[in-house]
Formats: sequence, structure tokens, C-alpha cells
Amino acid sequence: MIHHVTALGRRGCNLLEAMGRAGIFLAQSAVGVPSKEGWTLWLRQMHFVGVLSLAIVLVSGLFIGMVLALQGYTILVDFGAEQALGQMVALSLLRELAPVVAALLFAGRAGSALTAEIGLMKATEQLTSMEMIGVDPLRRVVAPRLWAGFVALPVLTIGFSVVGIYGGYLVGVEWLGVFEGSYWSNMQASVEFVNDIGNGMLKSLVFAVVVTWIAVFQGYDLIPTSEGISRATTRTVVYSSLAVLGLDFVLTAIMFGGLS
Amino acid sequence: MFDNYSRGAQAMSESPFVVVEGLHFSRGDKDIFRGVALQIPRGKITAIMGPSGTGKTTLLKLIGGQLTPDAGRVLIDGEDVHRLSRKALFAVRRRMGMLFQSGALFSDLNVFENVAFPLRVHTDLPDAMIRDLVLMKLEAVGLRGARELMSSELSGGMARRVALARAIALDPELILYDEPFVGQDPISKGVLVQLIKRLNDALGLTAVVVSHDIGETLSIADYVYVIADGQVMAHGTPKTLDVDQDPRVNQFVHGEPDGPVPFHYPAEDYFSDILREGGVR
Amino acid sequence: MKRSKTMELGVGLFMLVGILGLVFLGLRVSGLTLQPPSDTFRLQANFGNIGGLSPRARVTMAGVTVGRVSEIELDTEWYDARVVLELDGELEGKLSRDTTAAILTSGLLGEQYIGLSVGGDPETLQAGDTIRDTQSAVVLEELIQQFVSNMVNE
Repeated sequence: MIHHVTALGRRGCNLLEAMGRAGIFLAQSAVGVPSKEGWTLWLRQMHFVGVLSLAIVLVSGLFIGMVLALQGYTILVDFGAEQALGQMVALSLLRELAPVVAALLFAGRAGSALTAEIGLMKATEQLTSMEMIGVDPLRRVVAPRLWAGFVALPVLTIGFSVVGIYGGYLVGVEWLGVFEGSYWSNMQASVEFVNDIGNGMLKSLVFAVVVTWIAVFQGYDLIPTSEGISRATTRTVVYSSLAVLGLDFVLTAIMFGGLS
Repeated sequence: MFDNYSRGAQAMSESPFVVVEGLHFSRGDKDIFRGVALQIPRGKITAIMGPSGTGKTTLLKLIGGQLTPDAGRVLIDGEDVHRLSRKALFAVRRRMGMLFQSGALFSDLNVFENVAFPLRVHTDLPDAMIRDLVLMKLEAVGLRGARELMSSELSGGMARRVALARAIALDPELILYDEPFVGQDPISKGVLVQLIKRLNDALGLTAVVVSHDIGETLSIADYVYVIADGQVMAHGTPKTLDVDQDPRVNQFVHGEPDGPVPFHYPAEDYFSDILREGGVR
Repeated sequence: MKRSKTMELGVGLFMLVGILGLVFLGLRVSGLTLQPPSDTFRLQANFGNIGGLSPRARVTMAGVTVGRVSEIELDTEWYDARVVLELDGELEGKLSRDTTAAILTSGLLGEQYIGLSVGGDPETLQAGDTIRDTQSAVVLEELIQQFVSNMVNE
């Protein structure tokens, strides 16, 4: 019994210690004035985590919008309220699905790659040799990746929403025959820019910070062996998915649940 | 050939470039160093040798300020590495080059950019000047023709030579070689031995070579420290070490498989282990 | 380090996609208008019951959207709902003083909106005036109650 309590305590201490390390790590790398050089590095990472993730995010967004419209229509038509389809598709995408699903896709597509890349740089002593050359790898390697993630995910989320709403339009209006005018006007009457779009973007920004932070920290903190890299990559995907879903509940409760 | 006597006499008259005093370091429960003290003279090649697992690479990391010792200090040109601010430490590191065991070339840059990297981050030289400098360094290691290759396209020996060119890009005063000969074929080994020797002669670099390749290392070292069991076991010039009477030094220098450094990992008696009842483990 | 032109172009396009997407969401999805706010004027209307009317609901005349509900608050003098309407500037000084405002519902379960209909008074409403003649939202429970009590009376 005592043994188990001790083990629990030790795990708790380890967890706290890791979180402290991660916090210091974030503070040290994300803060600082970027140089001209840093701008180029950031650009390169934007290409990697943003542009190259665009295709998968847009395709997923299209399908999710189409499925939403299909499911929503079959439910709404029972109440004779199929004109409300636009509003349903838009609100579910903007408030929930776009930030969450884009963040999950981002964790799988870009987050795991970030972990593996930094992990490999650590395993091949590239980070150490950079330090010995007198360049801080936190600033040179980690910071551009963090900032690229912070910017890229909200942009991807916008793309996801737009394509999803268009997918809903394709299925709802073009296929199922919802009146086009009511699809858009119901949507416009119910979607508020600050409350719905703004809060959705805020969620997405929070997810961006959390996912990129976890990915980059896992890469930087891993045990530099091939097993260590594979474990850290898995941890990145698992931790960031859980963090996104958990935080989503908290944020939703604060933003839309009347807790504020 | 240089006039070795006058050069040697001049170097010895100056204070040593690196001084390590009473160094203690442990990792977990395992003591790696228990009071190591050594002096690296200016402009010489000093070899640090010892069996694998004695923490030679750790020693280099302690000298480079990447690890902090439990006790003792490391002075580089009079400055205590572990008491410097992060900024001052990076300034000291600019005066050192380090050649890593794996080469540690940046995988997203080609050979030219790898060598240019320290120049670009630490100087404001115009591109044309950087180009000349990089080509000069690459010429010194004989890889000027390979400048467009990516690091993944290089053989192990070439990667190490590029890493050497990068390590000397800023003309450091001190260069640390971490196992430069490990895993190299005889030709690359010969090339590296020559390069280290030539760089030292031509540029007057202070060099520290960490290695357990006895033949190669002893052929170029001016002074040798042998480390085992967390302590300096012996030191001297290659000649004096060769005839050292200490059985442990003797075993190491002459590469005998068994001796004071045992062949077997500590275990209980073989016979009783085999005959143990139950036969499980 | 060399910058690749295609990479710069890619990132530029990526950011452009984001900005255009946000503009699309703002204009097409949430119905923001680019017209400056000076182009509108405000009227007030008090309703006994607003039902499910919410801010940003449409205000229509003859079915044409002419403005939006900007604020809803409780009037503590009369204990009814004061609704502030934001209407197109071109209607300023053209609505007669006896214009009526009614809370209507589009479809059975659709959103609620305000319908204005013009009267015949030669005097007109100015910015900040209050519409006197209003018709509250139809609340389903009240409707049923009325229906039931009528049945009992008969």
C-alpha cells in the first residue's frame, strides 16, 4: 500500500518537474527579438508545417462539411426546419469542429514530424554541436518552429471552416435541394463575428500553442536513441490529442457555456 | 619540419590553455570522475586516453561547458567555464572548435553551408569573403569539390572531414576531437591523423584528442593522459608511457585483452552460477 | 542561407488563403457589411414580449432586409423590452410616425425577426425616436392557452 502511494507521489513529482522544464523551455525559446535570419528560418518552417499541411486539412474540411450537411439535413427535415441547415453547419464548424479537427490533424501531420526532426537532430549531436559553435539551439532551431506552428494552425483552421461550409453548401443546396437563400441568410442571422468566429479562432490559437509546444518539447527532451525518438513521436500525438480535446471542453464551457 | 625544440620551449613557458582541477562528476549513482586534474599546454596536441566507458566524451563536454561538474573547476585561458553567464560562455565557445564523433553536420544544409554556418552567425563578412574562407577550409581537408553535396551523401570519413573544416572555420584557439578515428577505414584514419597534425603545426592550435586508438593517437600526441576508474592513471609523453611500469597502463597501451582491467563484467563465480539449483537465471 | 523563391511564394499564398478565408467568414458567413457605421441610424421600439428575438436579428420591410437589431434591454420604467434597431441611413426621415413594428417568425421553427410596416402620418421618425405601435412576439404557450380557454367558454 505504502509502496503504491510512494510510486504515485514519485510520478507526480516527475510530472511536475517535466512541466516545469517544459515551461522554462517555452519561455526561453519563444521570447526574444527575431533577427533577419530568424525570419528566413520561420519562413522555411511555415512552409513545412503550414503549406504542406494545407492539402490534408482542406480535404478533411470538405468531407466533414459534407457529412455535417447530410446528417443535419436528415435530422432537421423531421422538424421541417431544413432551412436552418446553413446555421447548423456553420456554427458547428466555427465553434467546434474546425478548431478541434484541424488541431488533431496538425498534431498528426506536423507535430509528429517536428518531434522526430528535432529528436534526430539531438540524436546526431547537431544540437550539441550548434551549442559548441556558440549558437543557442533554442533560438535557432526551436523558436522558428514554435512560431511557425502558432501562426500556421489558426490559418489552417480558417481554411478548414471555409471549405467545410462550402462542402455543406454542396451537399445541402446542390444535392438535397435546400433553398440557397435560406442556407446563407439563416447562417448570417445566427453567426456572430466576435462570438462565434472570434472565439473559434481563439480556441485554435490556444490549440496551436499547446500542440506545437508539446511537439517541440518532446523532440528536445527525448532520449537520443531510435527507440526514444519513436516513443517521443507517439507521445506527441497522444498528449496533444488529449490536451486538445480536454482544453476544448474547458474553453467551450467558458466561451459558450455561460460560465463567464 | 618545424624546429620542434624552440617551439616546444616557447609553448611550455606560457601558462597552460586549459586547466582542470579536482573534477568530480557523477551521473545518477555512478561516479564518473573522482578528482581529475589535468593541464592542456598551449599549441600542443594533448591526448586523453582510456578504455571505453571511462567518460572521455563527458570530459570534453565538461570542458565545453555543456555539463556542470559536482565539484572542481575548468579554466580556459584563465576563465572558469562553469561560472560564466550564458552569453560569456558562448563567447568562450567561439574560441573553441569541437569535432564530434558522428560529425554532427546539419542535415538541412549542404557541405558549403555547413562550413559557412559559424561564419554567417558570428561575423558580418560579405558573401564573397565567406565563400573564399569556406573554400580555403574545404581545400585544407581536401573536399573543395564536394561543396554541393548534402551531408547524407557523404561517407563517414568525409563527413568527419567536413565537420573538421567547420570546426576550424572561425580559426579557434582550441580544438577538441571526440574519438576522431572511431569507425574509420585505415585510409581515412591516416588522412585524419595527418590533418590533425598539420592543422596543429600550421595554425598553432591547441588540440585535445580523446581516443582509444592507441597507435594513431600516440603517433601525433605531444602529451598523453590516461584516465581509468574516474581518475588520471598516468600521464607523460608517448615515449615515457610506452615503458610505464604500471600494469594497468601497460595493459592499455599494449592492448592486452585481460589484466588489471578485467575481461569479465563483475559476476559471481562461473562454476557455482552454472550449478545453481532450479537452473532459473 | 539561401531563400527559395517557390517556398516564399508558397508561404505567401498560404497566408493569403488565411486572410481571404477570414474575409469570407466575416462577410459571407457572419454577414458583416463593409459599409461604415455612419450610414445607419437608430430607432427604438418597446415590446411587451420579445419571445426569442436576439441581437443581430434582421429588420425587414416588405420582406426586404433594411437593418438589424443592435441591442435588447429591459426598460425598468415600464418593465418591458426596449429594442434598439439599426436601420439603413437612406430610410432616415422617410418612415412615418405611425410605423408599426412586429416580431415575426420565419417558418414554424425559424429565426425571429422584426417586420416594419409604414403608416400614413405625414410626420416622420428621426434618429433616436421610438416606435409607438408595436406587436409582441407570438408565444406558443399563450396561443395554446387562449385556444383552450376559448374552447372552455364555448
